Amino acid sequence: MVSTREDRVVNAVVYTALVLVGVISVFPLLFVVSASLTPYSEILRNGGYVVIPRSITLDAYQQLLSEPKIPRALMVTTFITVVGTALNMVLSVLMAYPLSRKDLPGRSFFLLAILFTMLFNAGIIPTYLVVKATGLLDTVWAMIIPNAIWVFNVLVLKTFFERLPDEIVDSARIDGAGEFTILLRIILPLSTPVLLTIGLFYAVGHWNEFLQAVLYVRVEELQPLQVVVRELLTRSQSAENIDTALPTVTLQMAAIVIAAIPMIVVYPFIQKHFQKGVMLGSIKG
Amino acid sequence: MTQLSKVAEVVTTRSPQAPGRPPARKHRRRTATRIWRARSLYIMLALPLLWFATYRYGPMYGLIVAFKDYNLGLGILGSPWADPWYKYFEQFFTSQYFTQLLTNTFLISLYKIVWGTSTSILLALLLNECRLSWLRRWVQTLSYMPHFLSWVIIFGIALALLSPSTGLVNRWIEELGGTPIGFLTSTEWFRTVLVASDAWKDLGWGAIIYLAAIVGIDPGLYEAARVDGAGRLRQIWHITLPGIRNVIILLFVLKLGSLLEAGFEHVYVFYNVQVYPVADIIDTWVFRTGLEDLNFSLAAAVGMFKSLVGLSLVLLANRLARRWDGQLW
Repeated sequence: MVSTREDRVVNAVVYTALVLVGVISVFPLLFVVSASLTPYSEILRNGGYVVIPRSITLDAYQQLLSEPKIPRALMVTTFITVVGTALNMVLSVLMAYPLSRKDLPGRSFFLLAILFTMLFNAGIIPTYLVVKATGLLDTVWAMIIPNAIWVFNVLVLKTFFERLPDEIVDSARIDGAGEFTILLRIILPLSTPVLLTIGLFYAVGHWNEFLQAVLYVRVEELQPLQVVVRELLTRSQSAENIDTALPTVTLQMAAIVIAAIPMIVVYPFIQKHFQKGVMLGSIKG
Repeated sequence: MTQLSKVAEVVTTRSPQAPGRPPARKHRRRTATRIWRARSLYIMLALPLLWFATYRYGPMYGLIVAFKDYNLGLGILGSPWADPWYKYFEQFFTSQYFTQLLTNTFLISLYKIVWGTSTSILLALLLNECRLSWLRRWVQTLSYMPHFLSWVIIFGIALALLSPSTGLVNRWIEELGGTPIGFLTSTEWFRTVLVASDAWKDLGWGAIIYLAAIVGIDPGLYEAARVDGAGRLRQIWHITLPGIRNVIILLFVLKLGSLLEAGFEHVYVFYNVQVYPVADIIDTWVFRTGLEDLNFSLAAAVGMFKSLVGLSLVLLANRLARRWDGQLW
């Protein structure tokens, strides 16, 4: 193909704009990382944080991890992520599989009942009262159970199950397999890609858990990472610790990096699955 | 158990053939058989349904606190009914914060939709025009990343860039001879910060769906346009954009359906007392009134108002969306 003048101009504009998008997407985070590594002497010399410091130090991380707060919050968040995701997956599969079966009596009623909860939400206060009534307030379960099933993920799963050929289920049944055997031995192994995708969505949701902790958990020992980091971020400059040689801002930046690191490290590996997930979601159930 | 099931099967499968039975009864028997056959499926459904009944439908019962003078000590049933029953709704509608909350919710949400949609469409067009596949892959990977960061992390990033004392942007402003701006505490700038951070977070993620729509356009159309002498820009204008017009309209309408969802967590993490006049949305206000001031009934009434308006908006949006051959699910 002959490239015209317009072609070259369009290409130049497109490439410049895309590089700019790439830079805008990562630069803020890189700056936070660099600020978290900047030693006090550098800040004094430059009169503030610069994009690339001349020397770096891990002092801020050392201090954050030596105080009990952040390690404890990391444990809480890890627990919520592991146990929460496991529970999410079990409940979502148990819900999606029966609903994917067209021969289930009452199927449309159940579907309507769960779809309605997507449209109408009783609101913050009534939900709080239910969480309180079920005894979850101020326990780690308050961050796991009230949001244990995302209707959207159930619909994605259900759509996937529906598209598996019926013959597989039929032949297994002729061989005498029960529903639980069919689900565990046949359906689930065939669905690994979609299970991985929605599992990752659930896990990210748990790692970023903030709102339910703010709503339902007042106990300091049970606060997850995001809540502790947010508290650290709003700590005023005047509360600066005299006996540490670190400015509050450096500590804040280090806390952000600690909260973001698992996402950043795992992200490149799972990126493809997430993208697939979006497309799965756009399929009508 | 298995024996029982066999008996049931024998009984129920034989009965339809029995002569002289009224058809209604026959039908009922067959339904019973179908239900019995599906018993394992119901066992699977039991736990999830119990969860839905408790944590999704339970709160709907809890909505009655909006019509009561709710008192934590007395509980939902023990608390006296509000007099008149619409007391808290009236209190909200006639209060001074009614307009303020509605305006803030509406504006923040609308700005987010407009800016988020337009930047994502632009990125999708750019990615589609990119002839270097490695560059496209890189930009996609990098721009999807912020979608997975929590609002707390993004708030931290915003502080690093915008804080008046140490923020990078303010240092640049100072170097250019300006005075630092307290972006996060200024009523003039706060909404801009909210909208910009939202657009940043979902710039790449939002582009995925438009990009998929562009890929679905018939390549023959571009071929024909090239033969007719159309350049790149005219192809974008006459083929790509019209080709995804329906998707754009559909998604826009559906987003309008969630107009009252201005982003509770986002605003809650970012805002502070100084910017309440421009930042306080229905959700944050309900949270403070209910769980901090313990005025449960008023907060529940306002929440219920929001849910009802939200429901009508979604239904309206879905009806509109059907016109463009799309549905909510």
